[in-house]
Amino acid sequence: MKDSRRNVLKIGLAAGLGLAVSVGMVGNAAAQWEPKKPVEFIIMAGTGGGADQIARLLQGLIEKKNLSPRPFIPINKPGGSGAEALRYLQDKAGDDHTLLVTLNSFYTTPIIQKDIGVDPSKFTPIGRMALDTFLLWVHSDSDIKDLDGYVAKVKGTGQSWKVGGTGSGQEDSILTAMMEKEFDYKVTYIPFPGGGTVAKNLIGKQIDSTVNNPAEQGEFYRAGQSRPIVQFTGERMAAYKDVPTAKELGHDIEYYMQRSINGPPGMSKEAQDWYINLFSTLYQSEEWQKFCVDDGLDCTEWVAGGDLASFHAAQLTRHQELIAAVGAEAITGQ
Amino acid sequence: MKVRTVELLMALVLALVSIAIMIKATDGLSISWVPGKGPGSGVWPFWLSAAMLVSCLMVVYQWFRGTTPESRSDELFMTPETVRIIGITVAALFLLLLATHVIGLYFSMMLFLIFYLRVMGRHTWLLTLVLSLATPIFLFFFFEGALVIPLPKAYSEPLFYPLYDFIY
Amino acid sequence: MEAILDPLIAGILQSFEPLNFAMLILGCSVGLLVGALPGLGSVNGVAILLPVTFLVPPTTAIIFLAAIYYGAMYGGAVSSITLGIPGASTAVATVFDGRPLAQKGKADLALVTAAVASFIGGTISVILFTLFAPPLAEFALKFGPPEEFTLMILAFATFIGLSGDSIPKTIFSILIGLVLATVGLDIISGKPRLIFFDIDGFFHGVNFLVLAIGIYGIGEMLWTLEETKGEVQVHKVTSSLKSLWNNVRKLKDYFATTIVGSLIGYFVGMLPAAGATPASLMSYGLAKTFSKDPDSFGKGEPAGVAAPESANNAASTGSMLPMITLGIPGSPTTAILLGGMIIWGLRPGPLLFSEHPDFVWGLIGSLYVANFFTVIINLAFIPIFVRVLTLKFTILAPMIFILCIVGGYAPTQTMHDVWLMLLFGVVGYLLRKLNYPVAPAVLAIVLGPLAEQSFRQSLLMSQAEMSIFVERPLSAVFLLIAILLAAYPTMSRLIKNGKTAE
Repeated sequence: MKDSRRNVLKIGLAAGLGLAVSVGMVGNAAAQWEPKKPVEFIIMAGTGGGADQIARLLQGLIEKKNLSPRPFIPINKPGGSGAEALRYLQDKAGDDHTLLVTLNSFYTTPIIQKDIGVDPSKFTPIGRMALDTFLLWVHSDSDIKDLDGYVAKVKGTGQSWKVGGTGSGQEDSILTAMMEKEFDYKVTYIPFPGGGTVAKNLIGKQIDSTVNNPAEQGEFYRAGQSRPIVQFTGERMAAYKDVPTAKELGHDIEYYMQRSINGPPGMSKEAQDWYINLFSTLYQSEEWQKFCVDDGLDCTEWVAGGDLASFHAAQLTRHQELIAAVGAEAITGQ
Repeated sequence: MKVRTVELLMALVLALVSIAIMIKATDGLSISWVPGKGPGSGVWPFWLSAAMLVSCLMVVYQWFRGTTPESRSDELFMTPETVRIIGITVAALFLLLLATHVIGLYFSMMLFLIFYLRVMGRHTWLLTLVLSLATPIFLFFFFEGALVIPLPKAYSEPLFYPLYDFIY
Repeated sequence: MEAILDPLIAGILQSFEPLNFAMLILGCSVGLLVGALPGLGSVNGVAILLPVTFLVPPTTAIIFLAAIYYGAMYGGAVSSITLGIPGASTAVATVFDGRPLAQKGKADLALVTAAVASFIGGTISVILFTLFAPPLAEFALKFGPPEEFTLMILAFATFIGLSGDSIPKTIFSILIGLVLATVGLDIISGKPRLIFFDIDGFFHGVNFLVLAIGIYGIGEMLWTLEETKGEVQVHKVTSSLKSLWNNVRKLKDYFATTIVGSLIGYFVGMLPAAGATPASLMSYGLAKTFSKDPDSFGKGEPAGVAAPESANNAASTGSMLPMITLGIPGSPTTAILLGGMIIWGLRPGPLLFSEHPDFVWGLIGSLYVANFFTVIINLAFIPIFVRVLTLKFTILAPMIFILCIVGGYAPTQTMHDVWLMLLFGVVGYLLRKLNYPVAPAVLAIVLGPLAEQSFRQSLLMSQAEMSIFVERPLSAVFLLIAILLAAYPTMSRLIKNGKTAE
């Protein structure tokens, strides 16, 4: 499609149109770029999870506010911790009608599964919609009240302490491995499909503790069924003012999950600009900001385009270091 | 080919498939019991395909003993007429999918329907054309318009741009 | 009692407000149509919901959704019976007897049985839902991986009686289903497994629908092509109001089956991670095991339609329970509904009941009403569905092939799955010609992933001690029942033989 447009331009030039006129045409075309067909909104996680909810909320808001002449179609590609989604996007290089909603497996999957041959830094950055946060949770019937009590209890219990999570190689397993290293204990990590299931298993006392997002555990907390012990943020979140951060307690564990929108490698500049504009409108919308507050997401700083690329680069390096530090075996199982 | 020949061949092919899966299941995965953790990630696929191999060998064993009806049957596995009708159908489906990668599903299904209704079914041109046009048109409006599921269009995509204006 | 009855009646009355009622009827019809297409289910119907959501209040939207949900459940049975293709995993068991009935020219009986059994299943579970939702949610929480695993064993045990003539071939079929189920990412170790030829499409695993549409859609069509040589399949079709009523009345013969199916459906469906598919399979297996004439099953026994249909409808209501009370999606549809609720500013969770009673009771009320109207609309459509079978096969077959391809493509939107489906169809056809039973493979691919995952989770919990399965009371009970069920067919045969010997 793009080629044919170029050809048309070439013919136009050959026909003796002035250079200035054709530049004007290109500029004009850039201002008017719009999706010509439905936009594939690829989610690198399964139905019902955090990324999925965000994608479907964004899709709904785009439709409600009539921001796009073509619909956005959420498609879940959870295969291989996002490996399938990443490869799909890589194969779509140069396509202007495909976007990816990411979580941190955007960084970790290419590091852990080297053979998939995906370089996330080549992708076209659009915008970071939110930073998701993590807290350490126990059941409210538990006698653990603070981090010291938690560490003492885990050390006393040993390997049979059961931590639930969303799967080896996922964000919470990295956090769990970081904690094991920091506090020098070993736990048993039990993967479940999806954060909601993890949260439910904590409430049903099938597991002893979890590292959950506020979105997953928040309602149980409000109902008095679970207790946050520590948060892994830089500063205390508004919704969890009474919960100390790990940093305050002298442990350097700070970890976020980015929720960003990215295009395939080599997306055209016009399309990238159009999407940046679209998502920035969404980001600033009342609905999105309210969702962020309700779900314990950090949506204070809009990072888009080149800034997002530098953010991704920094995060990639950090994840390489993190994974090297705890060892890839600590994250994946047998 | 006789039924009994195919019975043996099929069991042997399936046995080979089982072995291939067993080999694939050892690829970077642990096929043994991990102490304190239970079965490794390769245990399920490896040992189940090993059991598949055993069941295929049992079919082979029964074949030599001649204890099953299929291992004794000297009838033709497929009559020439069956081979013709099934062969053409499968080939047409194969081409349909292949064409989908080039001209998209809507146009390839049109060709498939024309072929199947006219050549295989010997229906009138009127019925053939009505059905081969109505089916893709209905599916387009139902899937793309109502359900918002885009079907593959490959290189025929630009032809649909004006239609998108219409439905979205 | 009044605490329940008052809001319930208010909830039901809500459904009859003009706008809500119009949406209800529209939703039932859309759901029925979407569900009747192979590969499409209520998840796809929900896509229609989204734009509507912004035009109407949340309660209306949820009523619309409940209507689509029920409509699609009924529609699934329609595709299972008339085309022989299970439209969703929940309708697999309906094929076993629904398809033979249709081939005998009794499609109307099968469809009516399915509709009425679904209605009873839906009704019973909505009543249970109304009365016991909160305590049952508590119970669902007690359900951990060991219970899930033993429940899967129980589901497999109910199917011992389903085996074909050749034991090694039946075992092969189960095993290949289980092995195909392991393709893709293993969440326990975080490693991809069986990515054949390094093809991306295998990362998401082998979808149940791909195997089911391949075997029952393409494979079955090839099989029928060979048999009919392109002629009309069913000549005689009756559909008068009188025969409709007669068919409805016949249901009293399977009333017990239907009630048992509804109860199984509700309790199994309510358990997180289990859902409507194991429920319908267990219900079918039990109906066959305890039938006076088990051999009639699989050859066109109406009770074999009533059992799974009552269970899957009951289960889909049951699966709304964990969603509403715990905020956990029990099925993909409820997962999308969950997304919708967040857009409306409603947070699913333990507090939803007390904080948004209008919404919850509106939903429950609409379940009652939607169930009632879906059965009526469904019965009205039956004569049209039955007509499909009178088409010449050279018209029907290419249309079904197209529907299969579209249905195989829609869930994941990859051509990879469509190619795989064609492969399964052709191989399934050849295997069937050699008397390999195909149903066990389809069952195994549904239950396999749940079984493996819960088995390994349990062993992680217990530090690899197998005793965890007998130490926990609930799972011990499941195991015991499983053993008894597995032994039952052999025992009863032995007893019968003993009697005839005397």
